[in-house]
Amino acid sequence: MAEPFLSIQHVRKSFGATTVVQDFNLDVEPGEFVSFLGPSGCGKTTVLRMVAGFEEPSAGKIVVAGKDITRLKPNQRNVGMVFQAYALFPNLTVAQNIAFGLKVAGMSKPDADRRVAEMLDMIKLPQMADRYPYQLSGGQQQRIALARAIAPKPKLLLLDEPLSALDAKVRVSLREEIRSIQKKLGITTIFVTHDQEEALSISDRIAVMYGGRAEQVGTPFEIYNRPATKFVANFVGTLNVLEGKVTDASAGKVQVNAQEVSLKGKLNGSKSGDTLSLALRPEAISLARQPGHDTSLSGEIAEVHFLGSVIRVRVGIGGNTVSLDTFNNSTTPPPVVGDKADISFSSGDMLVLH
Amino acid sequence: MKSGKFWAWLTFVLGAAYFFIPLIATLEFSMRMKRGEYSFEAYRVVLGDARFQESFTFSVVAAIFTIILGVLLVVPTAYWIRLRLPQLRPIVEFVTLLPLVIPAIVIVFGYIRMYGSSSPLPFLASGLGTNALLVIGYATLALPYMYRAVDTGLRTIDVRTLTEAAQILGAGWTTIIGRVILPNVLIAVLSGAFLTFAIVIGEFTVASLLNRPAFGPYLQNMGANRAYEPAALAIIAFAITWGCMSLIQVLSRFAPKSANRPN
Ligand SMILES: Nc1ncnc2c1ncn2[C@@H]1O[C@H](COP(=O)(O)OP(=O)(O)OP(=O)(O)O)[C@@H](O)[C@H]1O
Ligand SMILES: [Mg+2]
Repeated sequence: MAEPFLSIQHVRKSFGATTVVQDFNLDVEPGEFVSFLGPSGCGKTTVLRMVAGFEEPSAGKIVVAGKDITRLKPNQRNVGMVFQAYALFPNLTVAQNIAFGLKVAGMSKPDADRRVAEMLDMIKLPQMADRYPYQLSGGQQQRIALARAIAPKPKLLLLDEPLSALDAKVRVSLREEIRSIQKKLGITTIFVTHDQEEALSISDRIAVMYGGRAEQVGTPFEIYNRPATKFVANFVGTLNVLEGKVTDASAGKVQVNAQEVSLKGKLNGSKSGDTLSLALRPEAISLARQPGHDTSLSGEIAEVHFLGSVIRVRVGIGGNTVSLDTFNNSTTPPPVVGDKADISFSSGDMLVLH
Repeated sequence: MKSGKFWAWLTFVLGAAYFFIPLIATLEFSMRMKRGEYSFEAYRVVLGDARFQESFTFSVVAAIFTIILGVLLVVPTAYWIRLRLPQLRPIVEFVTLLPLVIPAIVIVFGYIRMYGSSSPLPFLASGLGTNALLVIGYATLALPYMYRAVDTGLRTIDVRTLTEAAQILGAGWTTIIGRVILPNVLIAVLSGAFLTFAIVIGEFTVASLLNRPAFGPYLQNMGANRAYEPAALAIIAFAITWGCMSLIQVLSRFAPKSANRPN
C-alpha cells in the first residue's frame, strides 16, 4: 500500500462528559475521494472539523503528507472546505469571494485574476464574476463556494453535506460535477453526507459511521455487498432480514420457517440451536427460479405495488416479510395478493448478520 | 369602530401638539430678533460667533474620536461574544446598559477623583489627557446604543460559519474582522455612529465638569445670557440630531442582503 496522504489515527473527541468520536482511524490515499456516511449525530461533522482544525481532538493525531497537523490552526493547514450553508461572504462579489484565499496568501492581482477566471470556467459560471451571492441560486452559490475552496490549490478538500440544502435535481448534477472536478484535479477529498445514494455513486471509498466510530471502511461495492456489521447492512440499501434457526452448525444447515437453507462456511462461531439474522438484498431474490439459484422458500404474496417499470412485491414467509422487485412485462399480469409463491435466490447472496 | 378611530386621532393630535408646539414656538421666537419683522438675524449672529464655531468644531472632533474608539471597542467585543462566549451575553448586555442607569455626573466625579493630577494615572494634568478622558467618557455614554446597533447587525449574518470559511482560506483575525465582519455590519455600525454623534454634540455634564470648550457648555452659556440666540441654537441642535436620525433611516435601506438563504 502506498503512503497514505491523510492519516487519522486513534482520534477521540469529547465535549465535556460526552464522547462523540471514539477511536476513529482512517487512511486516505493521495487523490482519493472518501465519503463519511452515517445517520444524524454520529460524529461525521466533528471528525471533519478536526481535520479542518476547528476542533482539537481529545486524543489521537492527524497526519497530512507525513506531517502531524493535529495542533495546527485552521488558517495554517492549507485545506479547502465547502459548507452546507454555502458561507459565501455577502459583501463580496463572486470574483472577490473566489480571490479571497489568493489575496490572503499574498498572490499578485494579475495572477489572482487569472486564477479566478480559470475557476469560473471550471464551474461553468464565467458570466457571474460581478454578481453578489444574494443574486445567485443555491446551486450556483455552492459552485462558487467550491471554486473558492479550490482556488488556493489546497492539499485537501473537505465538504460537509454540501448538497443537502439543494433540490433533488441540482443535487444529482452537482455531485457529478464535484466528482469530475475532483478527478481532474486529483485532489484528496472527504465528503460528508447522510444520503447513501450520494455516497455510493461518487466515492472511491466510504466510511460508514455510527455512534462516533467507523463501522466499516470500503469501496461502495464492498459496503453494499459485504456489509461487515448489522448496522452497515441495514443503513446502506434496502435489506430483507429473516430469522433463522441453526439446526446443524457443522454442516451449515439453517431453518427459516421450517424450511431448510444451506449456508456452508458462513456460520462461524454459531452453535446448533442458535437464532440468526439472515439478510438478502431485494435484487438477489426472484419469484421464478433463475440460473445460479440454489435455494427456494415458499410463502404467500402479501403486498403488490405497481411502480411502472418495476413491480415491488412483498412475500410473507412465516413471520418474515421479504421485499423483491420484478420488472414489468406487458404480457404477464402482476402477482395477486394471497397467492402462494416461491422465492428463489443463491445461498451465496445470503448474509449472516452478527 | 368609529369612536376607536376618533380616540386614536385625538391621541395622535395631542401627542403631535405636545411635540411640535414648543418647537414651533421656539422657531417663531428665534426669528423675532429684529423688532417688528421675521428674520434670520439670530442665526446670523450665532453662526458668525467665533465661540460657536470653535466649540462646535471641538465637539465634532470629539464625536469622531468617540466613534472610532466605540467601534474599536464594541465590534470585536460583540463579535467575540457571538462567536465564542455566548454565555457571557447577559452580563455584557447588563454592563452596556449601566451608562443609562448611572448618571453622567457620577461618572465624571469618579473620573475627577481617579485621574486627578496627583493620581497614578494623571489624565487631568494636561489638556490632551483631559480631552482623551472626555472621549473615553463619551464612549461610555454611547456604549448602550453602539453595542445594541452592532449586535443587531451581527445577528443578520452567520458569524460562525463566515468566520470559519475565512479561517480555512488562511485569514487571520485582522483580516476576518476587517474584510468579513466589519463590512457586513457596516450599516449597523454607522447607525451606532450617528447616535453617538448626536449624543456627543449635545452633551453638557461631562464636558462642563472637565472644563472642555465643547458645544454643550456653550449652549448652556448662551442660554443663560441671551434671549434670541439660544432659541436659534436650539433649533440648529435639533436640526443636527434630526439629520443624524434621517441618515440612519436612509442607510438602513442599503443593508447588505443575507447570503444564507438555502433554498
Ligand atoms: N460543540 C459541541 N458541544 C457539544 N456537543 C457537540 C458539539 N458539537 C457536536 N456535538 C455533539 O456531537 C454529536 C455529533 O455531532 P456531529 O455534528 O458530528 O454529527 P453529524 O454526524 O455531523 O450529524 P448531522 O448529520 O446531523 O450533521 C452530536 O450528538 C452533537 O450533539
Ligand atoms: Mg453534520
